[in-house]
Amino acid sequence: MFRGIKFLPGETKVDFVGKRFIALFFSVLLLGSTGVLLLTKGLNYGIDFSGGIQMEVRSDKPVDLHDLRTRLNDIGVGEIGLQGIGETGREVMIRIPAFDNEVSQNAALKAVRDTLGPSFEDRRTEVVGPKVGEELIRDGILATILAMVAISGYIWLRFEWHFGVGGMLALIHDVVLTIGFYSITGLEFSLTSVAAVLTVAGYSINDTVVIYDRVRENLRKFKKMPVKDLLNLSVNETMSRTILTGGTTIISVLAIALFGGEVLRGFALAMILGVVVGTFSSVYIALPVLIYFKLRNTDAIAPLEAEAEPGAKQG
Amino acid sequence: MLYFQKWKLALVMLVLAAGVMFAAPNLVGRDITDKMPNWLQPLSLGLDLQGGSHLLLELNTAELMRDKLEGVVDVARSTMRTEKLRYTGLAVKDGAVVATILGDESERAQARKALRGAIPSADVEMDDQGLVKIVYGEKARKAMLEGALSTTLDIIRKRIDELGTREPSIQRQGDNRIVIQLPGVSDPKRAREVIGKTARMTFHLVDSDTSVEDALRGRIPPGSMLLEGMDARPDGQKQYYVVRKKVEVAGEHLVDAQPSFDQSAPVVSFRFDALGGRIFGKVTADNVGHNLAIVLDNKVVSAPNIRSAILQGNGVITGGFSTQGASDLALLLRSGALPTSITFLEERSVGPSLGADSIRAGTMSSLVGLALVVGFMVVAYGLFGIFANIALVMNMVLLVGGLSAIGATLTLPGIAGIVLTMGMAVDANVLIFERMREEYANGRSVLSSIEAGFSRAFATILDANVTTLAAAVLLYHFGSGPVRGFAVTLGLGIITSMFSAVMLTRLMVVVWMRAKRPTTLPV
Repeated sequence: MFRGIKFLPGETKVDFVGKRFIALFFSVLLLGSTGVLLLTKGLNYGIDFSGGIQMEVRSDKPVDLHDLRTRLNDIGVGEIGLQGIGETGREVMIRIPAFDNEVSQNAALKAVRDTLGPSFEDRRTEVVGPKVGEELIRDGILATILAMVAISGYIWLRFEWHFGVGGMLALIHDVVLTIGFYSITGLEFSLTSVAAVLTVAGYSINDTVVIYDRVRENLRKFKKMPVKDLLNLSVNETMSRTILTGGTTIISVLAIALFGGEVLRGFALAMILGVVVGTFSSVYIALPVLIYFKLRNTDAIAPLEAEAEPGAKQG
Repeated sequence: MLYFQKWKLALVMLVLAAGVMFAAPNLVGRDITDKMPNWLQPLSLGLDLQGGSHLLLELNTAELMRDKLEGVVDVARSTMRTEKLRYTGLAVKDGAVVATILGDESERAQARKALRGAIPSADVEMDDQGLVKIVYGEKARKAMLEGALSTTLDIIRKRIDELGTREPSIQRQGDNRIVIQLPGVSDPKRAREVIGKTARMTFHLVDSDTSVEDALRGRIPPGSMLLEGMDARPDGQKQYYVVRKKVEVAGEHLVDAQPSFDQSAPVVSFRFDALGGRIFGKVTADNVGHNLAIVLDNKVVSAPNIRSAILQGNGVITGGFSTQGASDLALLLRSGALPTSITFLEERSVGPSLGADSIRAGTMSSLVGLALVVGFMVVAYGLFGIFANIALVMNMVLLVGGLSAIGATLTLPGIAGIVLTMGMAVDANVLIFERMREEYANGRSVLSSIEAGFSRAFATILDANVTTLAAAVLLYHFGSGPVRGFAVTLGLGIITSMFSAVMLTRLMVVVWMRAKRPTTLPV
């Protein structure tokens, strides 16, 4: 009978916790450079947040970009960005930066549409007024913060406050690095990006919870084991699962990156990075944090009930 | 372990059957689903997949309030006139109507009483010096806004229906916004023009004593105003008219308007109600030889000469229309005027070709994603991997069925949510199988390992999924449009995956164990 391949040879005994300072060094370095990057380069805000007009049009014949640019700039509605997209040379992306108010923005849209004329097909048009842009920014930030608080709160309820703090730190780490990924790649940061950030947060905490669960179980099982060894044991025991689930998630997201089209590519790339970062933070941030709290001798960890079944592993 | 409770078995079968039933309409053609009941319909495609327009508009609340207060000024003026009271400084100031009542104590009291009677929904306050302040309280303002919003919704609905859009969706959002979704309309230019017009029509007499040149220099008599013409002059210059401020007949008396032809030029013919017809008849009878300006949203459509009294209560509007222009104006007049002007805050439209491309991309990535995950699971877990894959496929059926049952809309990010669910859904099975391996390696029997795998992994699966679910719920709450579609598929996918990965896989393992009685753990 075919049993499947074990991706890891038997039991691993890697000293993850011992290497926490090296990992921490990398994390701080990454977080620091992300901070600098966000302050200097910033994010390439998509139309959802920056407001403005973005049109994707397709002509019935190859487009002379230079000519079109001249014609559009003659309208005088601000600096119009033009970019040929796709391979046919018939598709063009038109961007017009934000306006002070909705009325002049709508007038500009009408002028651009009139200038393009009937030989262009509207593939996609997005017009976001300054008011909506501001609201979307506010909602995006609010959603991210609330998600982090809610998730940490749940962990606090189900485990203990130490775990909640560890989970929160790992979350902040992952959210910041995922946003940093958008900054360094210059990928457009849009509403879909907020979805990517939140999904990364969900995935990362999912991963953290699995390891925490094992830590809690081992704390009950091995009452005498030093915390460091116990944490190492917990990571190693769950390592196979971590790699497998990370693997299936990455390959499914990879399918989106390769075949899901332009709109979802940024989302998928950020998710791939997020899965890697989320896995890293569960092992190197969420877990080592627990060393610095007194995990034992607390009321919340009840003694292991009826765990000494025959055959079960003992100390 | 070898025992799978009867009620559980029944539950699993019931859920699966329901999933298959609700998912099934997605596989058959539209001609068949059109005959099926409302609750059994395929997933509706979002605008980003089928093509269409999304418009967000806002009522201009400030303008609404200003108009209301100016109305109060008119009411106050006529009230004071009928009561024969003297006053000074009647005007709109800082969101209130103010005036100073002259005269003695009893005249002030009389004024207050009369004003309260005339404007019952507002608060009328008066100080010792006779300074009157008329304001609308919070409640009255809310009621006004509410009324304006529902009127606007009705009128926009009428206008869109007349445009002949298939299955439009028009919904209010918050206190003063309306979301309009027009499937299949990829260039909403015409829709915007028709929806966006306030269409307030009034008839004014042209002031023939004041020349346009004088008016342009700023010499306008107090009872007149300078208005722009809707069409430019043949030489391209703007055309202006000087008209009397007094509204002779208002558009609310119109009962019908239709496009027609007058000497082969497109015109709009209209009909007044009984009262409007009488007023119109009197105005035209009294002013034969004068010009009557037809004003739409503060622009003069045309100002024809009154040749004779029009007593039948109907007439035509000429104005150099195109055929389309005449039928649009007739539509606007039929649907009535919006209570206040509106502003488009957001427009998102997707053409049919891009929508089709997105569907192709979504289908392709789903199939590739499924194939990769299925392959990976077989390689990793062999026979049990196949069980997990059956559960995964059933999970997809449940997810699609669930989305169809709740009437969700499938968007491109929604498809991404489905693909991502495939990758993350197997996590539950991974947790269970890894646990079995561990327990078996620690010397448990096959049966006991399998038992422990399921029972011990469950708490972990629950915790891990609740946290992801929290992220999905918040994303739904704060997200909009396509992102909401993602949140719905991700959230529902988590729930269905817990069912299929835990219950369904367990059922398959139990059946297999009974049949084979294995001596070694096959993972």
